[in-house]
Amino acid sequence: MADPKGFLKTTERETAKKRPVPVRIMDWKEVYEERDGEVIKRQASRCMDCGIPFCHQGCPLGNLIPEWNDLTRQGLGEDAIERLHATNNFPEFTGRICPAPCEDTCVLGINQPPVTIKEIEVSIIDDAFENGYVKPSIPERLTGKTIAVVGSGPAGLAAAQQLTRAGHTVAVYERDDRIGGLLRYGIPDFKLEKTHIDRRVRQMQAEGTLFRPGVNIGEDISWADLRQRYDSVLVATGALKPRNLDIPGRDSEGIHFAMDYLTQSNKTVAGDDVSGRIDAKGKHVIVLGGGDTGADCLGTATRQGAKSVTTLAIGQQPPSERTEDMPWPSIPNLFEVQSAHEEFGDRKFLSSTVQFISENGKVTGLEVAETEYRDGGRFPKAGTERIIPADLVLLSLGFVGTEGDKLVEQAKVELDNRGNVARGSKYEVEDGLFVAGDAGRGASLVVWAIAEGRAAASAIDEYLEGEARLPFPVKPTDQPLSVYT
Amino acid sequence: MNGVLVTTSPFWRFSNYPQTEDLYDPASEKDSCGVAMVATLRGYGGNDIVQTALGSLCNLEHRGAVGSDAGTGDGAGILMQIPHKFFKEVVKFDLPEEGSYGAGLVFEDTDGSVREDQRLQLAEIFSQEGLSLLGWREIESNPDVLGDLAREAMPHIGQVFVAGKNGENDLELERLLFRARKRSERELGLYHPTLSCRTIVYKGMLTTLQLQPFFDDLQDTRIESKMALVHSRFSTNTFPSWPLAHPFRLIAHNGEINTVKGNTNWMRAREESISSDLIGDLQPLRPIVTPGASDSASFDEVLELLHLSGRSLPHAIMMMIPEAWEKQRDMDPELKAFYEYHSLLMEPWDGPASVTFTDGSLVGATLDRNGLRPGRYLVTDDGLVILGSETGVYDVDPAKVVERGRLQPGKMFLVDTTEGRIISDSEIKQKMAQQHDWGKWLEGNRLNLRDLPEREHVRHSSASVERRQHVFGYTEEELKEVIGPMATKGIEPIGAMGTDTPIAAISDRPRLLFDYFTQQFAQVTNPPLDAIREEVVTSLSSVIGPEGNILESDSDHAKRMIVDFPVLDNDEMAKIRNINQPGVGFTHVVDARYSVDGGAEALASRLEELCLEADQAIAEGASFMVISDRDTNRELAPIPSLLATSAIHHHLIRQGTRTKVGVVVEAGDVREVHHVAVLVGYGAAAVNPYLALETAEEMVRTKQLLNITTATATAHLAKALGKGVLKVMSKMGISTVSSYSGAQCFEAVGLGQPMVDKYFTGTISKLGGVDLDIIHQEIEHRHLRAYPIEEFEQSGLDVGGELKWRREGPPHLFNPETVFKLQHSTRAGKYEIFKQYTNAVDDQSEKLMTLRGLFKFRTDKTTSIPIEEVEPISEIVKRFATGAMSYGSISPEAHETLAVAMNRLGGKSNTGEGGESLQRLTNPETRSSIKQVASGRFGVTSMYLTNADDIQIKMAQGAKPGEGGQLPPGKVYPFIAEIRHSTPGVGLISPPPHHDIYSIEDLKQLIFDLKRANPSARIHVKLVSQFGVGTVAAGVAKAKSDVILISGHDGGTGASPLNSLKHAGTPWEIGLAETQQTLMHNGLRDRVSVQVDGQMKTGRDVVVAALLGAEEFGFSTAPLVVSGCVLMRVCHLDTCPVGVATGNPVLRERFSGKADFVVNFFEYLAQEVREYLAEFGFRTLDEAIGRVDLLDVNRAIKHWKGDGLDLSPILSTELPAGERKNTTQQDHELEKHFDQQLIRLAETSLEDGLPVTIDLPVSNVNQAVGTMLGHELTKRFGAEGLPESTIDINLTGSAGQSLGAFVPKGIAIKVVGDVNDYLGKGLSGGLLSVRPFAGSQYQSHESVIAGNVIGYGATGGKIFVSGVVGERFLVRNSGVIAVVEGVGDHALEYMTGGEAVILGGTGINVGAGMSGGIGYFYKLNTDRVNEQAIASGELLIQGLSEFDQERLKKILQEYVDYTGSKIATDMLDNFDTEKDNFQKLVPSDYARVLEIRTEAIQTGADPDGSETWTKILEVTNG
Repeated sequence: MADPKGFLKTTERETAKKRPVPVRIMDWKEVYEERDGEVIKRQASRCMDCGIPFCHQGCPLGNLIPEWNDLTRQGLGEDAIERLHATNNFPEFTGRICPAPCEDTCVLGINQPPVTIKEIEVSIIDDAFENGYVKPSIPERLTGKTIAVVGSGPAGLAAAQQLTRAGHTVAVYERDDRIGGLLRYGIPDFKLEKTHIDRRVRQMQAEGTLFRPGVNIGEDISWADLRQRYDSVLVATGALKPRNLDIPGRDSEGIHFAMDYLTQSNKTVAGDDVSGRIDAKGKHVIVLGGGDTGADCLGTATRQGAKSVTTLAIGQQPPSERTEDMPWPSIPNLFEVQSAHEEFGDRKFLSSTVQFISENGKVTGLEVAETEYRDGGRFPKAGTERIIPADLVLLSLGFVGTEGDKLVEQAKVELDNRGNVARGSKYEVEDGLFVAGDAGRGASLVVWAIAEGRAAASAIDEYLEGEARLPFPVKPTDQPLSVYT
Repeated sequence: MNGVLVTTSPFWRFSNYPQTEDLYDPASEKDSCGVAMVATLRGYGGNDIVQTALGSLCNLEHRGAVGSDAGTGDGAGILMQIPHKFFKEVVKFDLPEEGSYGAGLVFEDTDGSVREDQRLQLAEIFSQEGLSLLGWREIESNPDVLGDLAREAMPHIGQVFVAGKNGENDLELERLLFRARKRSERELGLYHPTLSCRTIVYKGMLTTLQLQPFFDDLQDTRIESKMALVHSRFSTNTFPSWPLAHPFRLIAHNGEINTVKGNTNWMRAREESISSDLIGDLQPLRPIVTPGASDSASFDEVLELLHLSGRSLPHAIMMMIPEAWEKQRDMDPELKAFYEYHSLLMEPWDGPASVTFTDGSLVGATLDRNGLRPGRYLVTDDGLVILGSETGVYDVDPAKVVERGRLQPGKMFLVDTTEGRIISDSEIKQKMAQQHDWGKWLEGNRLNLRDLPEREHVRHSSASVERRQHVFGYTEEELKEVIGPMATKGIEPIGAMGTDTPIAAISDRPRLLFDYFTQQFAQVTNPPLDAIREEVVTSLSSVIGPEGNILESDSDHAKRMIVDFPVLDNDEMAKIRNINQPGVGFTHVVDARYSVDGGAEALASRLEELCLEADQAIAEGASFMVISDRDTNRELAPIPSLLATSAIHHHLIRQGTRTKVGVVVEAGDVREVHHVAVLVGYGAAAVNPYLALETAEEMVRTKQLLNITTATATAHLAKALGKGVLKVMSKMGISTVSSYSGAQCFEAVGLGQPMVDKYFTGTISKLGGVDLDIIHQEIEHRHLRAYPIEEFEQSGLDVGGELKWRREGPPHLFNPETVFKLQHSTRAGKYEIFKQYTNAVDDQSEKLMTLRGLFKFRTDKTTSIPIEEVEPISEIVKRFATGAMSYGSISPEAHETLAVAMNRLGGKSNTGEGGESLQRLTNPETRSSIKQVASGRFGVTSMYLTNADDIQIKMAQGAKPGEGGQLPPGKVYPFIAEIRHSTPGVGLISPPPHHDIYSIEDLKQLIFDLKRANPSARIHVKLVSQFGVGTVAAGVAKAKSDVILISGHDGGTGASPLNSLKHAGTPWEIGLAETQQTLMHNGLRDRVSVQVDGQMKTGRDVVVAALLGAEEFGFSTAPLVVSGCVLMRVCHLDTCPVGVATGNPVLRERFSGKADFVVNFFEYLAQEVREYLAEFGFRTLDEAIGRVDLLDVNRAIKHWKGDGLDLSPILSTELPAGERKNTTQQDHELEKHFDQQLIRLAETSLEDGLPVTIDLPVSNVNQAVGTMLGHELTKRFGAEGLPESTIDINLTGSAGQSLGAFVPKGIAIKVVGDVNDYLGKGLSGGLLSVRPFAGSQYQSHESVIAGNVIGYGATGGKIFVSGVVGERFLVRNSGVIAVVEGVGDHALEYMTGGEAVILGGTGINVGAGMSGGIGYFYKLNTDRVNEQAIASGELLIQGLSEFDQERLKKILQEYVDYTGSKIATDMLDNFDTEKDNFQKLVPSDYARVLEIRTEAIQTGADPDGSETWTKILEVTNG
């Protein structure tokens, strides 16, 4: 019973206000100002409650978006969080850091700015926490079955929560000192303050999930041992093997993988004393790679006080509107201005790095050339080379699979040709061993990780109990709608 | 012992019905007809009366029909007095005096020795019944006049004479004869057209013209009678039977009893409780209603019983077909008491009926309450009375006529031939009303639910409500989309875009038993009713409690309880549960739960127990029975309320005790209109949907529903459900709940025959399906959800997804993937992506989403060929059409895009119901080639029809068969209003029925009219798939349609109530197969083209349809999706976000479709078809048509429900040899049309526009006079026509139906005499006038001179009638100025424009649904204006302004000039005083909108501009 004319009454898309750039780069807090509940309601009223809600398909979790949009419009927050939690264990994460394929697939988006689904989502969960609607859901009866979840990123946590609630005893292993995986150390606080993770972990602990941080499976406990100790094991170790750029000068000092840089920064922000940490203060920083991680590096370097930050992308600048080869509702590759881009720095496209220039083993600059598309590949165009100065170079060129050497060694696991753990249609690797999230899919979105975690939990529960009792939102092979599939 | 058991019904003997295993079923046969009655008041009989009757019959020929074998008629006959003088002379034995012997024809076995034996046995029966055989006479007949089929089925016809042993006569003898005849039929299988001492019938499988030549007796001038009834039958098939010809023993009937299944069941149910001292032991005569009898025959049998057991014939008729007494404000209370008393005895036999009846001395006719059949009569100064379906059936010197009248709804016309006088309706009814003190009998006996003591309301806890919601499988979607809206608004919610989820029979998820039943609906052979605008003739009340012996009358019979509404709230339910008081009786509650762990056996045995429990309770004297599934718990699950109810209902019918208790159902599973309707249809008198009501309360408490109290919410919900049932009933043409109850107007799809036979006896379930085992599994599945074995976080109800797609919900054929791929492939021009789309759809189809998905192609029987050898895409696309979507329902952009694309391809687009702009009509690029004619007739003008390639009559549409449509005020934008000839901002309604099609012969008439409005256009008739659609199609083929379109239940782009969208009609696979089979059985297939539509999406769909017998294919949703539609399902809200289904200019801007995309779609589709054809080795699509042998269903169906499903009837290959496709054309007999001479005589006008005057005689067989001439004129002079009266035609006589239909400006037709129905149908600017003969003896304002439904859908011109006219005058008029001297019921219904002047009295319900135009009434009885419209302020009754007075004067003056009307002349002469006797009736919105627009023009603003539009919407709430 959504207001059928809501989208005609409110035609503007109103997004949350960000704090002024000079103010926000002074701290690490989230960039947004406090939300205006009226704006949220008004935006929720733009939802058309579609006959085919493509957003509900566009979201890997299958979030019941029309349902909670309408409940938000009506101010029924408690019902809204119930519907939201029905498909999403951690809306406070996705509501902050998901690139929102739901909004790309929003039907209103065919010819109008889409509904601000993501902001509605985060408002629902934030209000729910504030009003005490989020309570531990403790299983009435335990099955006696035990499960180890390796990796405490979004996939591992989602699986753990689902399985715990189904009555299993679940232990989550994390090699880092804190729970959260990529959420914890891969994403800067200005995008996701870590209190959100802590709050959720507290709920999970109350439900009975066991957390074992600082234990590196494969090193501290072998995979084989782990298999012996638990009825089932879920691998959710992510796909953290970074793509390298093997060109002359690569071994110079001052060239780092983005994730190393971000992890250190995040630890520092968390109050740890990180010795020898990479710092951008006063430096000319070059970020190689124009993706999300690149933007995170940019925002971090900005806050550390970099003198300049230049983001180099090898490809051309994406269009700002959909083109014929990315029709609605496929997920478009558009030129995107993230909050970090608003704050500081330059972005250069069609920039191919030829070599790193160094003096005394320390990087001082990059030789870059214009990218030339040739023979289906991208090459530096001869004669366009130039040198740009750099004190710190951060490589955010994507990931090439999971760090699975030990896993392969100690368990009966094979990697596929993309460096991910090979698996079957129910996330199974072998009897009792499952894999979910980036470790199986390759680097992807948090929302896919949660969806896989939920689905893998369903598969594990079925494996242990003999019947499917939990929702199974995505298959391992599911992909977003695209003109190429 | 009752003698030999006769297995074959006498009605099926002497017939040509094929015995088949396919979808054709003789039980679906319908018929319709013309009737006439002739009587004399002079007191003595004569051969002249017989001859007049037979002559009248010949003039009704056009109302009957012939089949594929041109010589075989559907049936004709005559009923008259025993021609004693004649018999005395021709029989070879002595006859006693007149009235002391019985005689009658006997249809006997053709084998002489069998016959000898039967005659001996018959003599024995006579003897046992106190009769003695006088002798036999052989009937001389002439079989050579018959057609082949009729001759093959012809019985031997003998005539028997018999007398009472004790010299009995009249009624006493009649009763003996009745007993003997019944026994002969039961025991010997003979058929006696009559066996009576009063009357005799001659009939057979004859055409009207064959009746007299066939029987020598009828040619003998010695045959004399004081009265005669004649009848001409139009059956939907070509193999009618001899016995089913009319007249029957007491009646001849034109119409259809829709509730006959219920009525016959109830008769069966009361057989144990009826007895008659007068007739004697009824046991050997049972069953009262012969199995296999037609509705008319069954009616006759019951009427005969009621009459012979002591009631007069008029009394019995009034019992069976009561007039609408419930809501009549001015009915005599004594008469009302009569009707109310009898309503406690027997449910009405409901349906369109014109019954002529006689007991040999009284002869009369009556119409049902809706008055949906025509009847006209005249009386001459020498005492001759002629009544017929039409005026002019017999040539009578007009100077001798002293009275002309018509049958009126619910009224009786009666002639006493003995007394020699006409008895008026009021005299008969007064006599009946005073026969007993009915009112006193009622008082103190009958009880109303209201009278029972109030009960405290019980509130259930939230947890309890939720638990039980799980038990009954409630979903979030149902709360949000179904229960919530009903509780808020009190009306049933609307949906759009049809349904594309699996039907229950092949749905993977557990479904409610209700979902296996689909609603039947009226289509062609009878009309749906208009339950909203004509609510005055409906009744929702029913009676519960024990019924007495209906063959007797006493005050005890009134001891029953009246329930005013079929849906009870929880407190009312509590009242009924707690009845226990002397004189009223007590209530027994049947506990419909079973031990769910015991499985299907426990369910079956519990059902047995329930039946025994019911027997026990009845034995103990229970008067009321509540079937309840309350108090379910972990162990005891609810039996589906429908299963429990129907099981008990049928058990009690079999026990003969059903009428001893009233059954009320307390059901947790009920939450939709459909659910209540099915329960009532299977015997519940009322239903208490307690959990739905508790859910509504809970939703209010949890603030899911705002600004409403719990009491209002539940009242709204009950109201919405109950009123919804009325609409479901009216779709079937049934007006009262008491006759709908138990009428079983449903078809089962996917229920196994054993289960149907046992629990739903008599229900059609053509494809077999699930048994109790699966029903149990479905219950168990829900039960486990409510009472899970393992408890963990899984709160909340299921999401749903039946209406709107959800990932967790049921699959939809259109889902994100298929919509995306279809749009992308056609827009980007990628055939390979299109193949992905079709693969995805076909794959889902195969996963048991559609019946066609279950078929496999048999390519092993043929040899494939290279695709290059297959006919090209350009040939195949010619067979494609887009569906009927009106200009207005979809945006001009979308509408034109489809038209442009189809024109470019050489396919066909369809205007839909909404007209077409002149610019497009005449532009070959943008016009729609198919012009639709629907019930609203919007924009249907001579110009529109003349510019059609095909004209499509929409009898029903898939999304909402049997219902009308509505364009809400906000969608009637100025550009829409212009084309629809209506007012911007004023809502438009299409009535449920075509008001000129109440029967098959009416459809034949419309086809006739339209063919003459454009002789080169093909005429289509669009039907919706349901059981019996094949027989309807056969009838339609016989009515000379060129194309028959079978629509699936699932299609429909427009708005529709959810119950219709989901629960009415069947998949096209079934309907198409049945149509193909029936047409072939009838030898009619070659003369029509068959088109199919309904969720067709892929090349595979096209090929399946072709193999099943279709040669043309329609698509609606898919091309819309190509044009941008994303299945928002908000077409009804005008908020389509992609500009497809909206008129909103802002949203129309967002339309992104292009004709190129649509062209791509159809070319891709054709390419895919070619690929399949190549695989089959067919070079053309033609080769594939009807090759059902190439479909296979034998592969294993791996589905937990699929096992019992048997699709072989769809694929039956045992069809008679003959064409499988269209190879020839209908013979429309255009060259014989009256207009040929008009066209010849008007040549100078047509060539040069010069005036011409034509004088000709006319008779009732000349139909649609002027229509073809009008077409010729429009063809030459366009929409403007010629100056008024350029072609001036003067006709003398009784003109046939549809005089002046669609006649354009420039033609004037002036009749001296009288005219039949549909005068000025679709009048498009012409002038029509009717005046009586100069020498007439009667007063024009007291005599009926023109028939029913005058000026239907007319858009312009003038109609002047000096006399009284029939029902529904000017229905849906939008531009005509008309003047008459009096009107029948429902005048000015749905009028949207034009002016009406009514100088005399009116019938009831004036101005229902009137949204435009003005009516001027002389001395208006305001009680007769539609009550709701006055109460709500929709209609205003005002005095005349000065402007009005001038206007009226001008119109009257012109009227007098044309007709010479005496009363109008007088009024004009005294206009100063008479003007105050006039009142003006005007719709308030219309008045305000006109005011705003006038104001805009005066202030220089644009009347069509957005500013004015906003103002308009403010006043009309658009």
